[in-house]
Amino acid sequence: MIHPIPSGTRDVLPYETHELRAITDALRAVFERAGYGEVSTPALEYESVFANAPLADTGPAHRVFDGTGAALVLRSDMTVPVARLVATRYPDVAEPLRFCYFAHCYRGVRPQWSQPRELLQAGIELIGLGAPRGTAEALTVLCDALDATGLKDYRVGLGDASLFATMMDRLQIDPSARGGLLEALAGRDFVELERRLASSGASGVDAELLLGTLQRRGGQDVLSAPSGPASEAVAGMRQVSELLEDRVAERVIYDLGLVRSIGYYTGAVFEVYDPTLGVPIGGGGRYDDLLASFGSPRPAVGFALDVERLHIALAGTDRGSTRSPVGRRGTGAVLP
Amino acid sequence: MSDRSGQDGALDGLTIAVPRGALFDGTVELLAGLGLDTAELRNNDRKLLFGDIGVITMRPSDVPTYVEHGAADLGITGKDVLLERSSAGAGERGRRQIYELLDLGYGRCMMVFATVDRRNERGEDPAAEALRRLGTMRVATKYPNIANGHLEQTGRQGEIVEVKGSVELAPLTGLADAIVDLTATGTTLRENGLIVREEIVECTARLVANPVAYKLKADQIDGISARLRAGLATGV
Repeated sequence: MIHPIPSGTRDVLPYETHELRAITDALRAVFERAGYGEVSTPALEYESVFANAPLADTGPAHRVFDGTGAALVLRSDMTVPVARLVATRYPDVAEPLRFCYFAHCYRGVRPQWSQPRELLQAGIELIGLGAPRGTAEALTVLCDALDATGLKDYRVGLGDASLFATMMDRLQIDPSARGGLLEALAGRDFVELERRLASSGASGVDAELLLGTLQRRGGQDVLSAPSGPASEAVAGMRQVSELLEDRVAERVIYDLGLVRSIGYYTGAVFEVYDPTLGVPIGGGGRYDDLLASFGSPRPAVGFALDVERLHIALAGTDRGSTRSPVGRRGTGAVLP
Repeated sequence: MSDRSGQDGALDGLTIAVPRGALFDGTVELLAGLGLDTAELRNNDRKLLFGDIGVITMRPSDVPTYVEHGAADLGITGKDVLLERSSAGAGERGRRQIYELLDLGYGRCMMVFATVDRRNERGEDPAAEALRRLGTMRVATKYPNIANGHLEQTGRQGEIVEVKGSVELAPLTGLADAIVDLTATGTTLRENGLIVREEIVECTARLVANPVAYKLKADQIDGISARLRAGLATGV
């Protein structure tokens, strides 16, 4: 008898569990050595907890009502529950708090896209340490953790979530045009972005400057080139980069066009790429305003890795599939 | 992400997904303009993978899939294909992941809403009549998401009938009141007694890139994109 399970979920059998466990053990050892204590939170939260956070379309997609009629959601990430936990259990702690987690999160899926509804995230949250030191520490832990899993050729994209809004202000782009521009940028559609800029009333020079800036990504040279309207964000990235040890710095791609879809990021944002996989393996960033919405304002930064994607990337590295002209790739492929 | 490092060439070691069909000739011209040796590509229409020059050929609607999963770093396909995919629902993971870098200008077509060339005594076309009397219209299309989006944006109720082949047949046989389809010259529509009622969006060939390749192979991708842009500007 075959008994189906919901689309986007899956059973994990012993062989795969064994490999996943090796990855999470390696990550956990690095997190704990860096002083990050592991926490667990309930998979179900009150809907009002997630309503505190600007999640846009990345919020919880699964709701249930309990016996009293209260609306509960399956968590869509761990950052919001950890923010709730910190505000509740550590309300008056001034020194930095360091937490790590290994937890399943739940997202909405679209039919026929083989997207995971349930994903295993491994991550850290560093509460109470602002930019640039907190950011540099998070990036260092990120690289140490990936190194410990044996991933070889990964890179970390570093951008700034506030850069787009700042540039809009600096170039005095018509406020009514900004929503459409951001939408085009988030949709990674530079054709549409260029078209909308042309009709936004921005001068040709400004439009070119904006487009050029948003497509600038690479090594240290991105930080040294004249950055015009992006100068504040670039200065912030430079401060972070000066704190990084070489082994971390050489992994970083400075990316002025990096956009994360989660809405609570305020400053530095990052994303992890590996040549064996066509999608990012994880990401994170600064969320300096989120704790304030739980009544406990503190700067904070964190990242989450998608453990299953990391596993696929590691398997790809093992099999040397980057050598084949067109290898087998996937976003959610299940390994034997 | 695909990796052909160690091989030089016009594509700088990148792999590109090339659409067979209406966009094929224009695309081959474009690649030849980059200095790619396209002789075998032109002469062998059964072979799919041209590994030595970094080209994979496929139907246009498969291009975003290959690029999104990183089996190709770059791809060329019609805006119609991209729109049909990106307008399918919402949600973070539903948001399109691939980069759209350049409007290549060729393969210019119009996505249109068309009906039989006939009006009733009230001056209504068949779709308007169906909407008034039945409250809904049936629209046959190969682009259900675009058609749905167009009906929503124009505040009309409709039922989408998805067909794979010649859409023009649907209103002639009573399967549907209207169609949403792509047309270059309108000849096929006219020959089947149909007329364009609304133009929805103009579609041309676009250059797309895998999101991870866009970051990790930035120099190569920007180089190709700049050369193509320069070629378009001079009309070469």
